[in-house]
Amino acid sequence: MTALVATMRHARYVVSENPVTGLSFGLFLLIVLAALFGPFLVPHDPLASNTTMALQPPSAQFWFGTDQLGRDIFSRVVVATRLDFGIAVASVVLVFCMGGLAGVAAGFFGGWTDRIVGRIADTIMAFPLFVLAMGIVAALGNTVQNIVIATAIVNFPLYARVARAEANVRREAGFVEAARLSGNGEWRILVFQILPNVIPILVVQMSLTMGYAILNAAGLSFIGLGVRPPTPEWGIMVAEGAAFIVSGEWWIAFFPGLALMIAVFCFNLLGDGLRDIVDPRRRT
Amino acid sequence: MPTLILKRLVMTIPSLIGVVIVTFLLTRALPGDPAAYFAGPAASTEAIEQIRKSLGLDQPLPVQFVDYVQALVRGDLGTSLTTGQPVAAEIAARLPASAELTLLGLLVSMAIAVPLGILAATRPGSMIDHACRIVTTAGVSLPVFFTGLILVYVFYYLLGWAPAPLGRLGIFDSPPPTITGFYLIDSLLAGDGTTFMASLKQLALPALTLGIFALAPIARMTRASMLAVLSSDFVRTARACGLASYTVVVTYAFRNAMLPVITTLGMVFSFLLGANVLVEKVFAWPGIGSFAVEALIASDFAPVQGFVLTMAVLYVALNLAIDLLYGLIDPRARMDA
Repeated sequence: MTALVATMRHARYVVSENPVTGLSFGLFLLIVLAALFGPFLVPHDPLASNTTMALQPPSAQFWFGTDQLGRDIFSRVVVATRLDFGIAVASVVLVFCMGGLAGVAAGFFGGWTDRIVGRIADTIMAFPLFVLAMGIVAALGNTVQNIVIATAIVNFPLYARVARAEANVRREAGFVEAARLSGNGEWRILVFQILPNVIPILVVQMSLTMGYAILNAAGLSFIGLGVRPPTPEWGIMVAEGAAFIVSGEWWIAFFPGLALMIAVFCFNLLGDGLRDIVDPRRRT
Repeated sequence: MPTLILKRLVMTIPSLIGVVIVTFLLTRALPGDPAAYFAGPAASTEAIEQIRKSLGLDQPLPVQFVDYVQALVRGDLGTSLTTGQPVAAEIAARLPASAELTLLGLLVSMAIAVPLGILAATRPGSMIDHACRIVTTAGVSLPVFFTGLILVYVFYYLLGWAPAPLGRLGIFDSPPPTITGFYLIDSLLAGDGTTFMASLKQLALPALTLGIFALAPIARMTRASMLAVLSSDFVRTARACGLASYTVVVTYAFRNAMLPVITTLGMVFSFLLGANVLVEKVFAWPGIGSFAVEALIASDFAPVQGFVLTMAVLYVALNLAIDLLYGLIDPRARMDA
């Protein structure tokens, strides 16, 4: 309990020291709210087309303007938050489980486990990551679910390496030896002694890669993979608006792109802030 | 040096084997029956069986893998369903367009990021240091396709400085005679100033887009490593000996500070090759990225597979080049090897 209070106090200290971190926490809250309640709050139906109101610039009625089918862009941008955020969270959680477990096992057991995990990570790293993600989605099939899987796979080496390093330095630690001497099996030590120590560092890794996960998923849907129109999603909305940029209708692509940018910016700042909170070297 | 090159070459072999295995497995992981997939939706059962035989899909997996590797050795990447052309020839024809764009993008970002990082490191806390911090934080958050579209809107629609984002040359220009495949170099070799300017104009925005994208990691790394080097003992000694500030920063610190930056280039290339696909889509650039995207949309898998393989081999080769460059700059790396 005291540890929790100390962490909270430290968190407050970090936020007050660095107002940008505070801002990113606020933005994060806003994104979560939009993801949870967005569809109930928006002024227009994100899918309802109205060709008489097509390609309207931003106005009091349509804050972000309307697209080529007369759909309200503000409503679509807000509603899209759930899908984009959902894809990013799902892929990050997936890679957290896969990469975290594989890395911890590699660092703790060493030997063949270590070699196999290391080889898999090296092989993934031998590809330009976005290109590999494209190939995976093309092979597994063009669905949102496979975008999540592809994004998770390309992030695997990052998680596996961090988890491996953290588990490796603890495999001979005093508390692990104590657990071993009192008769715990290796797997039991891995799950109850090593894993809890690695999880905070992996959580930071999650928030650091959230931004990349969103960018990756939006990039894939920008080239026409995964999400299908008319589903509102930031990447595909930018792709739809791209055709109108050359004729001056900037708002169709601009606002979803801006939302994407703000979300990524927020997650990157949040990751840095979270690292300051979790990193024990900073906790004095 | 020759032993170093040999050693590094040997080190790339496991990566290449991994890359070939993954690209092979990607096709075999296709949902459903690959034969039916390659035959198209209208094919009859016999036609599917025939394709299964001709593709060797009735063979066990290891045999299929050996076939795949043998085809690769012959330079055969399969045939595109939509165009009916061999994939290898199409990729070879389009590769220079992508390479020209990526390399120019890298050049642009190096030209901005390295001086920016050095200035930020020599004047910590100054305006330029803050500017560097903003650029590096904002730069990693910018979706590359979004940057490209904003540039098109500003420089094509609003200002009218840039030509329409429709490929490597305007519709009235003819490409220079092919020597390297790089329009900028070919037009210079042919002494054709007009074509050079035309292709430079077309290249400017996409290269700038890629440059902005790669700016952040390079500038951040330059700043960090310059800061580390500038606070080291030998720089202090050089200053104490009364060397001019310029000599200390450029001759002494810069050369040492470049080493970590060159290491980061590996990661930068991973991002650049991926971003290249998106930029090619925005600017209708006829490179291998847009080739792969067209094939993806048409569910034509052979070009995608060839594209992934080409990109991965290129990336492995680039990392090899970076390693060798590192050895060239840093004598210690040569000793270790």
